[in-house]
Amino acid sequence: MLLTTEAFKQNATGAMADAGLQKALARAKPQFAKKRQAAMDKLPEFEALRETAKNIKNHTIANLDFYLETYAAAVEASGGHVHWCATADDARQAVLKICRDAGAKTVTKGKSMVTEEIHLNDYLEANGVTPVETDLGEYILQLRREPPSHIIGPAFHLNREDWEDTFRKVHTDLPADRVFRERRDILTEARGKLRQQFLAADVGITGANFLVAETGSSVIVTNEGNGDLTQTLPRVHVVVTGIEKIVPTIEDTLALLRVLARSATGQDMSVYTTFSTGGRRAGDPDGPQEYHVVLLDNGRSGMVGTPFQDMLRCIRCAACMNHCPVYGAVGGHAYGSTYPGPMGAVLTPMLVGVEAAGQLPNASTFCGKCESVCPVKIPLPNMMRHWRDREFERHLGPPAMRYGLVFWGFFARRPALYRLGTRFMAMGLGFLGAKRGRFSYLAFAGAWTKARDFPAPEGTSFFAQYAARQKAAR
Amino acid sequence: MSREMIIGAVQRGLKRGPLPADQKAMLAGRMARPPRHLIPARGQLDHEARVALFMMYVEREFGTAVRLPGLADVPAAVADYLARQNLAPALVASPHPDLETLPFADTMLNVRFGVSSPRDAVSLTHAFAGIAETGTLMLPSGPTRPTSNNLLPDNALVVLPAAMIFGCYEDAFDLLRAAGGMPRNVMLVTGPSRSADIEQTLELGAHGPRRLHIMIIDGEG
Ligand code: SF4
Repeated sequence: MLLTTEAFKQNATGAMADAGLQKALARAKPQFAKKRQAAMDKLPEFEALRETAKNIKNHTIANLDFYLETYAAAVEASGGHVHWCATADDARQAVLKICRDAGAKTVTKGKSMVTEEIHLNDYLEANGVTPVETDLGEYILQLRREPPSHIIGPAFHLNREDWEDTFRKVHTDLPADRVFRERRDILTEARGKLRQQFLAADVGITGANFLVAETGSSVIVTNEGNGDLTQTLPRVHVVVTGIEKIVPTIEDTLALLRVLARSATGQDMSVYTTFSTGGRRAGDPDGPQEYHVVLLDNGRSGMVGTPFQDMLRCIRCAACMNHCPVYGAVGGHAYGSTYPGPMGAVLTPMLVGVEAAGQLPNASTFCGKCESVCPVKIPLPNMMRHWRDREFERHLGPPAMRYGLVFWGFFARRPALYRLGTRFMAMGLGFLGAKRGRFSYLAFAGAWTKARDFPAPEGTSFFAQYAARQKAAR
Repeated sequence: MSREMIIGAVQRGLKRGPLPADQKAMLAGRMARPPRHLIPARGQLDHEARVALFMMYVEREFGTAVRLPGLADVPAAVADYLARQNLAPALVASPHPDLETLPFADTMLNVRFGVSSPRDAVSLTHAFAGIAETGTLMLPSGPTRPTSNNLLPDNALVVLPAAMIFGCYEDAFDLLRAAGGMPRNVMLVTGPSRSADIEQTLELGAHGPRRLHIMIIDGEG
């Protein structure tokens, strides 16, 4: 997909006018938060587990070189192969070579954000290998040639009518006048279509939620079972994933699993959590003959030792976007990057460069909700602020924002003037807005007031009230 | 090439060269005897409470569970279950010794031992362990446990000895380690397959089984 992050503002405006998308957002948003909270309520240890999860990830990153080498050695000891890939292009080529060596015509794919990140499907297709997405959400997006809009619910921007339309257009071998009475009928049709693909594929590609250094295992977490069929039935299993997925031991993995599903979907545990270690063993009646891991860097190692190092803790649970007011208003596509929401706003500039990622770190109200729900306690708002600073230093912001900030900066550095200015503003706005108590339009803040009202000040500024209270307390 | 580049970049970021030998030994020691982390209280119950919690979570996740006095009761329980679900009395069973010796001859069931094909509607498998804290089954792969049997049939019937229901995942993995380390594949299964991809509405039976029925065996066999 084309990266359109530079156009975030335009995209966001379009998204807010998109009735179908707004319907989907209105349906999904309250559910995400409610389900997570319900899972939280059933596990009094959850807050302590977040701290544990954070510490495990920090320990791993501090020794990442050691654990990567140990992991690779363990994979090879179990008969698997590791392909180290510094860039997206290295990874694409490695996957294609494995497919060619296997004589593969079609490959089935489990859900993998890293293969989205490296645009693997387009590349395989251009080189004569047909990729088939098997996660239901990814499957319909592939048919519609759309990118995912959410890292765990890729098609959540679609409504039922969209599914029916697309299936009618694409599954032309089925009777045109068939009726989809329930959602179940849509599911059954997809299941039937994909069964044929699972059985026909020569290679299965999955992502990984964790890579266990102790055992050389890759771990996938799904609800549908498509990932398991993808890695069990074809002759070759390829895992494509990033170097930050390393975890030292099984025990460390289990601790992270205890916060993953609860943060993501509000389940205590996803339906299938599967550890894969090498290819088929002597006496095994099924499973792939070959097992490969394509281990991608693509900018990740460059985050170590920077203010963005903590982002490597991310376990891709999506809680930050599920609770983000900006994501909730515009959906995932507006971000124009593989990774949307707060985690995407931090990660994308690292992967594609701060120039290309443009306005993303500004796609935040800095309300702090994302950090408060993150299972590995990533200080997302702080990192977005870091990117903002860098962007500002490099004069990448739009002029209105730059001049606005310079103007504000001038007063902010001159407290007396600032206080005087805000007092006049508060008095002025208080006077003008006294009747309704809020403004539905403010000069220079038209875009802001378009979607919400600005509360009218009570007539005095914060500083004036603070000073008055201090005085009264004395 | 890439390998040196990646390791080099990580070390530059960490502002050090390769770890000194004593540090490596310490980390290797941590992996050889992996420390356990915080285990929730609900993962540390006694046997009876564990079985009850396990069953409760299985049902909450849309599976079903029953307790049987002994292995010999399995064939009749299977026949009964299939009849109640209006399913044909035929199934594929994993070639596990506990299943191969079951008295299927006393029933009308048509049983084939081996690896399931897409035509099989029902499978009978043997679980290595159950985990009470989330109602989860541990299904490792191996000669007696084909992975396909956990996935392809629409109805998954599973035999689980009550003595193998543990409080937490850690206990089950310790036992797996003691049994010879990680097999090719270890599935932790919590309920039947599902998807919420269509309008965030839960539908069971996405790609894997639509029904998951667990028979917990209390006696020795
Ligand atoms: S940043 Fe935190 S909340 Fe967001 S996806 Fe990553 S782990 Fe989840």
